[in-house]
Amino acid sequence: MGEPVVQVLGGATLADRSKDALAVAFVALLLGIPMVGLTTVDQGGTLQVATRWPILAAFVLAVFAGRLVLRYLADRLGERRVRRERSLTSSDQRRTAGGRRMIVRVGWLAFIGALLLPIAFSDNRYVVDTATTVLIYVMLGWGLNVVVGLAGLLDLGHVAFYAVGAYAYALLSTQFGWGFWVALPVAGLIAAGFGLIIGWPSLRLRGDYLAIVTLGFGEIIRVILINWTEFSGGPNGITSIPRPTFFGLPFKPPSDEPTFASFFGLEFSPVHRIVFLYYVILVLCVLTNVFVTRLRRLPVGRAWEAVREDEIACKALGINVTNVKLSAFVLGAMLGGVAGVFFAARQGFISPESFTFNESAIILAIVVLGGMGSQLGVVLASLVLVLLPELGRDFAEYRMLLFGTAMILIMIWKPGGILSKREPTLRHAREEGRP
Amino acid sequence: MNVVKNKKWESGKCMALALQQLINGLTLGAVYGLIAIGYTMVYGIIGMINFAHGDIYMVSAFIAVSAFTLLASLGITSVPLALLTVLLLSVLFTSVYGWAVERTAYRPLRGSTRLAPLISAIGMSIFLQNMVQLTQGARVKPIPPVVVGGFDLYASEGFTVHLAYSQLLIVIVTVALMAAFSYVIGKTSFGRQQRACEQDPTMTALLGINVDRTISLTFMLGATLAAVAGVLVTVYYGVVDFYIGFVAGIKAFTAAVLGGIGSMPGAMLGGLLIGLVEAFWAAYLSPEYKDVATFSILILVLMFRPSGLLGRPEVEKV
Amino acid sequence: MSERQPLLAVDRLTMRFGGLTAIDDLSLDVHTGRITAVIGPNGAGKTTLFNCMTGFYKPTVGSVRLNHPQRGTLALEALASHQVARAAQVVRTFQNIRLFPKMTVLENLIVAQHNPLQEASRFSLAGLLGLPSYRRAETQAVEKAVRWLTRLGLIDKADLAAGDLPYGTQRRIEIARALCVDPILLCLDEPAAGLNPRESAELNALLQSLVRDDGLSILLIEHDMNVVMNVSDHICVLNYGRKIAEGTPEAIRTNPSVIQAYLGEEEDERYDGDKGAAR
Ligand SMILES: Nc1ncnc2c1ncn2[C@@H]1O[C@H](COP(=O)(O)OP(=O)(O)OP(=O)(O)O)[C@@H](O)[C@H]1O
Ligand SMILES: [Mg+2]
Repeated sequence: MGEPVVQVLGGATLADRSKDALAVAFVALLLGIPMVGLTTVDQGGTLQVATRWPILAAFVLAVFAGRLVLRYLADRLGERRVRRERSLTSSDQRRTAGGRRMIVRVGWLAFIGALLLPIAFSDNRYVVDTATTVLIYVMLGWGLNVVVGLAGLLDLGHVAFYAVGAYAYALLSTQFGWGFWVALPVAGLIAAGFGLIIGWPSLRLRGDYLAIVTLGFGEIIRVILINWTEFSGGPNGITSIPRPTFFGLPFKPPSDEPTFASFFGLEFSPVHRIVFLYYVILVLCVLTNVFVTRLRRLPVGRAWEAVREDEIACKALGINVTNVKLSAFVLGAMLGGVAGVFFAARQGFISPESFTFNESAIILAIVVLGGMGSQLGVVLASLVLVLLPELGRDFAEYRMLLFGTAMILIMIWKPGGILSKREPTLRHAREEGRP
Repeated sequence: MNVVKNKKWESGKCMALALQQLINGLTLGAVYGLIAIGYTMVYGIIGMINFAHGDIYMVSAFIAVSAFTLLASLGITSVPLALLTVLLLSVLFTSVYGWAVERTAYRPLRGSTRLAPLISAIGMSIFLQNMVQLTQGARVKPIPPVVVGGFDLYASEGFTVHLAYSQLLIVIVTVALMAAFSYVIGKTSFGRQQRACEQDPTMTALLGINVDRTISLTFMLGATLAAVAGVLVTVYYGVVDFYIGFVAGIKAFTAAVLGGIGSMPGAMLGGLLIGLVEAFWAAYLSPEYKDVATFSILILVLMFRPSGLLGRPEVEKV
Repeated sequence: MSERQPLLAVDRLTMRFGGLTAIDDLSLDVHTGRITAVIGPNGAGKTTLFNCMTGFYKPTVGSVRLNHPQRGTLALEALASHQVARAAQVVRTFQNIRLFPKMTVLENLIVAQHNPLQEASRFSLAGLLGLPSYRRAETQAVEKAVRWLTRLGLIDKADLAAGDLPYGTQRRIEIARALCVDPILLCLDEPAAGLNPRESAELNALLQSLVRDDGLSILLIEHDMNVVMNVSDHICVLNYGRKIAEGTPEAIRTNPSVIQAYLGEEEDERYDGDKGAAR
């Protein structure tokens, strides 16, 4: 782009900027005519064209004004950044150390908050329920983060592994009577097996092939789930999936067998189960976090990042790049599967509708927006992406549109993601205040 | 195709069914091929998968629906005139979309990390899908048949082989377009620049060729082919929804890989093969799993012949 | 092992890209404990030779044999690139530096020790549990990295992101990283490119000490004649993929076809080190 010259000279004139904005507005007009200006509506069985010229006009005007303002701001910001970069060098080191301590502190705070949340909202099942949903996305995000954020592999079908885990648990429990805690690792391993089958042929090739293969795989799993009725119940899905029990004690109204409430001498309340489920996913999340954070500091973890940074250099150093990628991909698949098990157990009902491409896109958005490779970033992004649609129906409608836009903008603005500050896995110099 | 009248009714029916699937498969394949060329060209020149390409095709199908409806309400009844107008309108607007996608989502990321343009592309795909869903509605859009009728190639008791005019149209337009396209790539100066950029963008830039412009034109050309495919599909099926780009995109990409990514004749060949596989699979095995078949092909090709049928083995420049 | 057997024998190697023959029937021996230099004008096929040796390109014709002191004779052209480094202990650097830019210098060097560390971590299990065996292996790996960093004068950069450092420093990091793989043959692709005269003198000393004190053998691609003429024991000159001369620095300096090849291309590259380096 030719802008830098203009910036150094102290910004373009208003005429230049208007001319530029006019050109952009013209493109917006061309783009807008068929989509904004025209639409077709169903009138008594046949389509009729409906025009929306005022909206189109507003759209084009908004683009014009927006471009004008943005360019002005960009020029100003550009100047300031140049000035700042000149003055900034030595304080960098100290700032990163501070930032790291800050992140650790925020992480602990978030954890304590999560731990106390059901106690604070013990009478509000809606809050606990939503928090559970957030944690499911956190878990999915952390799984995908290993693949995308650490190993730099684009997996567009993460939801497929989520589906495999969910259906594996649903079938194991409804058909064979397996319990939640036994099925959990098994379903995780099944999902990992699928990861192996998909990853093995596609990971040996150029990076981008994986993206399209996973995209296709996600779609295929869905097609199979819809059509193979005897196996998966087809579009109706699988119902009455057993809920997890508290070490064998079910969460049920009082009956002959001992229940959670009767065993602890409590009065039965449906909230018990909701709170219990919340703690189950919290435990799963914590385990995942500890596991992934530790792996990152081990040879595999470093190799993931190294492969993301430069595959060719890895090969020249004797690293089997395919195996490294495969390990990340399979681990991601397994974590997705585990999340799926929990999802099935929590809902008690699953159908192919829960596993569409949109879901994969949301998980990817969580990873990308949060900061690729950043565990805390995933938590924040999950919070935002789950809570915002809860705030209003309007937003829910525009949600995916905004996700798509955000993904593009963030890649342009910060290709590493918003929280992209990377923490080294080991240091030579010992820092004060750190073991 | 020579259809031998067989005495045995069963085998005659068998042949007829096969012939019918051949026609259907080639029609479908031509459409996939047109979309696949867009993937292959973009991949060739900037080495990325343009995930939004399938959605560009979907956008063009919606433009076609609006345009056909508009023309009908204006009382234009001449089919050739309507077709031509819709093709032109669709190509015009869709190529602007192709241009804008590259300009906004990919160009700022040139020279960024390997992952960034891919994520941006998937973001663009999500954006386009949902933008269309919001502005045009989530429901399926049916239009009245534009090109009606056809002729029977072969008829025997209870079974006919039918070639619809719309199918003929698809084949003719595709062949004509491919001829024009080969000329553009092979003989014009744009084609030379395009091929030069594919081989070595840095060197091409040093020779004073505007690489940015060539890339933009490549996107517009890819969008043009996708636009034609979108119009043809609208005519052929008569229904359109915002999700068609997703599945068609995956299939067309599979076609591009099968033919050898980077190779334009390969893309068309791959498209035809995918169309045939799909038609025959749907007829003889199970229609529900035709998408599974295409996808399995993708995996098999990647495993056993990653450079595709007509592609050259890729030597990663170190 | 006989004294005369070469460490590495390139035999009748040819590499074609479509119509272009980048390497044409090249034979070359590299001997243990020596610095062998490959020189030649731009596009002569030097980097392609490295790529064929290290598994990145599959040569069209010919073989590359390594006589490993412990592991017998290995056919490098048939090995995958990571196997060349791992099994054959032939490690290379790249003409256009390839570090892991976001990782720290120390991490770069630890990644180079991936294979032994991965073994010690036993599929990450020992590592996850923090078993002493793994801890010891990690400490040793860090010690080795620190040793090389100290020796190459990089120790104060250990915790900085490799991608943010100056060019000359990055070149040294890449060499240090390659050394962490424990090579028996180190292949350096233009290590002096972009170095200033002082840095390039330091490089000379380093290369000589690696051979003398650490028992390494080195194959060197270099344009900087100050480096090539001062440190090489043996020089091989390529032009258009063919070997046009071979011998000691003195012999090469006066060889008419070499002078011809260079004069035909760039006037004074033979003696003007800085120009070659500035490329
Ligand atoms: N992957 C490839 N595909 C096609 N041609 C290639 C490839 N790799 C190298 N070449 C060509 O082979 C020839 C030799 O290139 P090479 O990089 O080996 O030269 P070099 O001797 O290292 O030159 P320099 O001193 O500039 O580094 C060049 O003409 C180059 O364009
Ligand atoms: Mg070279």
